[in-house]
Amino acid sequence: MIEVRDLTKRYGLHTAVDGLTFTVGRGDIVGFLGPNGAGKTTTMRILSCYMPATAGTARVAGCDLFTEADEVRRRIGYMPENNPLHLDMRVREYLKFRARLKGLSVRRSRERVDVVTELCGLEDVSGKIVGQLSKGYKQRVGLADALVHDPELIILDEPTIGLDPHQIRSVRQLIKDLAVDHTVLISTHILPEVEMTCNRVLIMNEGRILASDTVDELRSGMSDKGQVVAEIEARASDLQLVWDQMMEVDQFDIAPVDQGYMRCSLTPMNGSDLRPAIYELVRERGWKIRELTHSRQSLEDIFVHLTRGGEEEEF
Amino acid sequence: MQVFLTLVRRELGSYFVSITGYAIISGVLFLMGLSYVLMLAALNGQPFDQPITEVFTTRGLFWQILLLASPLITMRSFAYERHTGTYEALMTAPVSDFDVVMAKFSGAMLFHMLIWSPLFAFPFILRHYSSEPIIVGGGPIATMILGIFLLGCLFMSMGCLASALTRSQVIAAVNAFAMGMLMFLLSYLSLLDFKGMDEHLMTAVSHISMLEHMRDFSRGIVDTRHVVFYLTLTTIFLYLNYKVVESRRWK
Repeated sequence: MIEVRDLTKRYGLHTAVDGLTFTVGRGDIVGFLGPNGAGKTTTMRILSCYMPATAGTARVAGCDLFTEADEVRRRIGYMPENNPLHLDMRVREYLKFRARLKGLSVRRSRERVDVVTELCGLEDVSGKIVGQLSKGYKQRVGLADALVHDPELIILDEPTIGLDPHQIRSVRQLIKDLAVDHTVLISTHILPEVEMTCNRVLIMNEGRILASDTVDELRSGMSDKGQVVAEIEARASDLQLVWDQMMEVDQFDIAPVDQGYMRCSLTPMNGSDLRPAIYELVRERGWKIRELTHSRQSLEDIFVHLTRGGEEEEF
Repeated sequence: MQVFLTLVRRELGSYFVSITGYAIISGVLFLMGLSYVLMLAALNGQPFDQPITEVFTTRGLFWQILLLASPLITMRSFAYERHTGTYEALMTAPVSDFDVVMAKFSGAMLFHMLIWSPLFAFPFILRHYSSEPIIVGGGPIATMILGIFLLGCLFMSMGCLASALTRSQVIAAVNAFAMGMLMFLLSYLSLLDFKGMDEHLMTAVSHISMLEHMRDFSRGIVDTRHVVFYLTLTTIFLYLNYKVVESRRWK
């Protein structure tokens, strides 16, 4: 759906996007992550044909961004950052205006406005003035606008910013529903959102792609060093002795919790899974165990790990 | 064409959903009414040998209305959209830069012609109460409309350019006013009598005098030189405006 090769954008001497290369398949929901100033918005603006790249090529649905910009714009539904809307228009009027602007005929625009109004749950407010709506409804109007010309690719720049948890949930559900027959590209800061909605992640920093994979792949690539946490009822000295003798354990840490239980955090030597060995050991000794988990790295850990290098250089 | 018409409709509509549009209309109507009273006073005192339209442009508040209202009409066009960010939404729709520039200009032109339209009721009111039928000729009124249209083209294109250059409506209005004022004050160059000034230069200066142009138009004279003057300047300003809109591509 999207093929980007060596995409570069410079503002004067500052390079905002530096040799970006990635592809997005049809039907993917891609989360676009990165710290502020990483070049996410610039990339999205280039993809939506707001401004052209300095160098490199990109194709959306087989159309070149530079030479077939109008065709690309017709196939993309783009919701810019902060969701700008004409606040003085009524919801239905605004959607119709946008539909006509995107080249739909009068009849088709009426049909599509009805469809997106229902899809985004705007029936109750369709006669209201956009400026008087709550933020959640405004966001839905923005989404409806992005969808009104039935685009193949939907690009959303921070769609859930500034919403309350209920609204975030409903917008998220909406995005998930869309993914059935659309390709979606979302930029966001909220990492759990990406874990919940997206099946692919692009992590960007300082204009470069740091990682491009599915969430699970990223996780398995990272969690080799994953720790095992076990809460065992035993004396600290006994535990210390046991872990010292166990060959697979590289490092360990013992901390007392309540009711005589000890919380042991164990780092394996070579990425092996320690859990069966620990269970076996506990059974042999006749100790009690109430927790044995392999701590999975969250996307947040991966994100921080990948983007930290750049931040340290800055300071 | 569909895009263009949709945008023009939106532009024109935006004047009527905000207070700005009505404020401009009421301000202009007030000044026009005042001009009418001033005209009547002037006509009462002396026998007149000028068409009524000329009396209006010389004794009335014609220039004040034009210079003050024009920047207010155009200040919103690009600056407000850039300020709120809807500009990005507009430019990522399948519309061409040319369409956008022409639509903003046309919307402003339509509003400009609309606010001037009550003016043309005045001569007919006069005719109704006047014993002399000659004072209101159809010709001068028609050329007056043409003159207002051409002046409007120039002022609207200048205003749109000023608006495209900034995100602030206030700065856009101030810049547009300054440009308009400059163009207007150039008229007075031809009134100065420099000794030993080059004759060709004097001719050139007299050709850029808006006061002269409007006097011709209000007398029922259509001088193609004036028409060409305004159309050329409008084209230049619209071209610059187009380039400013396009500049986001190579900035």
